[in-house]
Amino acid sequence: MQPTKEQKLWMYENMVVSRRFEEIIEKIYLEGKTPAFNMASGPIPGEMHLSNGQEPVAVGVCAHLNADDVATATHRPHHQAIAKGVDLNRMAAEIFGKKTGLSGGRGGHMHIFDPKVNFACAGIIAQGCGPACGAALSRKMQGKPGVAVSFLGEGAANQGAFHEALNLAGVWSLPVIFVIEDNAWGISVAKKDSTAVARNDVRAAAYGMPGHYIPGNDPYAIFDIAGEAIKRARDGGGPTLIEIETYRLAGHFMGDAEGYRPEGEKEKLFEKDPIPAMRQRLIADGDASDADLDAIEARAQAKVDEAIAFAKASDYAPETDALTSVFA
Amino acid sequence: MSNEGTNERRLTIARAMAESIQQEMQNDARVFVMGEDIGELGGVFGNTRGLLEEFGKERIRDTPISETAFISAAVGAAQDGMRPVVELMFVDFFGVCFDAIYNLMAKDIYFSGGGVKVPMVLMTSTGGGYSDAGQHSQCLYASFAHLPGMKVVSPSNAYDAKGLMTAAMRDDSPVVYMYHKRLQGMGWLGTEAGATVDTPEESYTVEIGKAKVVREGSDVTLVGLAMGVHNALKAADKLAEQGVSAEVVDLVSLVPLDRETVINSVAKTGRLIVVDEDYHSYGVSGEIIATVTEHDISKLKAAPKRVTYPDVPIPFARPMEQFCLPNPDKIVAAYKAM
Repeated sequence: MQPTKEQKLWMYENMVVSRRFEEIIEKIYLEGKTPAFNMASGPIPGEMHLSNGQEPVAVGVCAHLNADDVATATHRPHHQAIAKGVDLNRMAAEIFGKKTGLSGGRGGHMHIFDPKVNFACAGIIAQGCGPACGAALSRKMQGKPGVAVSFLGEGAANQGAFHEALNLAGVWSLPVIFVIEDNAWGISVAKKDSTAVARNDVRAAAYGMPGHYIPGNDPYAIFDIAGEAIKRARDGGGPTLIEIETYRLAGHFMGDAEGYRPEGEKEKLFEKDPIPAMRQRLIADGDASDADLDAIEARAQAKVDEAIAFAKASDYAPETDALTSVFA
Repeated sequence: MSNEGTNERRLTIARAMAESIQQEMQNDARVFVMGEDIGELGGVFGNTRGLLEEFGKERIRDTPISETAFISAAVGAAQDGMRPVVELMFVDFFGVCFDAIYNLMAKDIYFSGGGVKVPMVLMTSTGGGYSDAGQHSQCLYASFAHLPGMKVVSPSNAYDAKGLMTAAMRDDSPVVYMYHKRLQGMGWLGTEAGATVDTPEESYTVEIGKAKVVREGSDVTLVGLAMGVHNALKAADKLAEQGVSAEVVDLVSLVPLDRETVINSVAKTGRLIVVDEDYHSYGVSGEIIATVTEHDISKLKAAPKRVTYPDVPIPFARPMEQFCLPNPDKIVAAYKAM
């Protein structure tokens, strides 16, 4: 399955939106945190997990999804949220902890919920696998269209929740796709030191579903395999497990000194930055001109600027809002 | 079970729960049941008996032994418009799936700022007294009630069991429905007769968050839930023989907790004994006593007492387990020591 020109440009634009968004978030996050790094300080306190480098996974998968489909994401959710169509203004406001945020500041960056596009996050590793099964079961039982995608990291493939959910999806033949972002690192522990198999796609065999491994952080290859898997799920063919090689260009979270990386690894990863690579490819393939892509990038920047301005201009909710929304 | 020529319709809690679910499933296509052995077997404790025959395997789903997967799947289904009822066979098994319960089920409404609803019921069996040892006999009421975001109920009789289950299935927030095995009406568990009561056939609800004064009295308030209510009622009979008038409060619900009913009762009697089969420390008994003393300590004529399970794992051997469990004589002794 190959993307059309429009799909390619949609993917590129969403990758750029995600990158520009995180660049600004990164800058603002560091405000008030220098010279001494204190996570509690600044306009954006708390942990911050950036997804730069991993954008191809989000766009290659979400290019096949619409608002009705369900996605469960992780503690590193920005790229997936953007590609799934989450309201960027309200997401930015949530990251700032403002009243206009998606949950009015209760959740922050690890708990992005946008029911309008059926997007949910879970801050605990592999926690989204079960809910994705449940949403898929719900669609099946209600006879309603839609599939569920559970995004997770390669570290999550060693969690019990992952294995239980895959078995459940397999035995009930649910329309769910498990997408593992293999960025090679579970915080500081390398995949080879934590995982008994080199590639997690082989684990699909244990749960009666097809497994695919996609090397190279290649948005078109991701689009291809994810598209086939999602079509299969829509057609009643059941679940699929996909592991995708991707690159975490940042630390696990901001403030991570990344001393565990081998020397030179980061530099090599930046040489493979998927966004300039895709830009060159679009031009080389005749899908877009420099001017076209400049226009897309300007549009992406404008979206991001608007979202950040919205977040900054928004007020904090009254402190007593902390005591509300515990129950429906 | 016998009607003995009356118009009474006496049901066990197991049958009352099954009837509630059956009626709600007839009325609401979004309701379905998932859990281990809830289909063909009808639930280890009988509370889904007969449902598979009527509703089939799609809506009465036996699951793999994967509590994390099917409880978190229920959360996903609930957020997607279904109203699942899931069973955690023994509450003791919470250890293998608590992330799905307290980090996911209990927090998604809050973390979405009320944007999503989580209309699901997690039903689970509690309690010991039949020598099943400490991984199959706990109550753990406080472990659930302590954590915000879950409603927690535990019926003491079939009438409440049916109405609470119906209310739980209609609630847009997650409800943990804890049923005590000794009250289920399963002969092999040694049933407490007082739990099998007249239960209307038509569907009805019992309000979640409302305690009941199940016996009026003037000298002491005995507060309990589930099995504790029956121990308290038997103790009240014994105390009455000695000229002491005990009032018995059935909490029915731990979250929300009806503090007002407890406070009003103690204001009347001036004495408080809490009966709880859960562990002694950091639990329901401490919370009830704190509720009363924080409100108006001057109402108390004596220091409150508690009859609870000691802070030890639950032993297998009958003499040891029975030594640890609350019983009516311990409640009477507690009163005498006041």
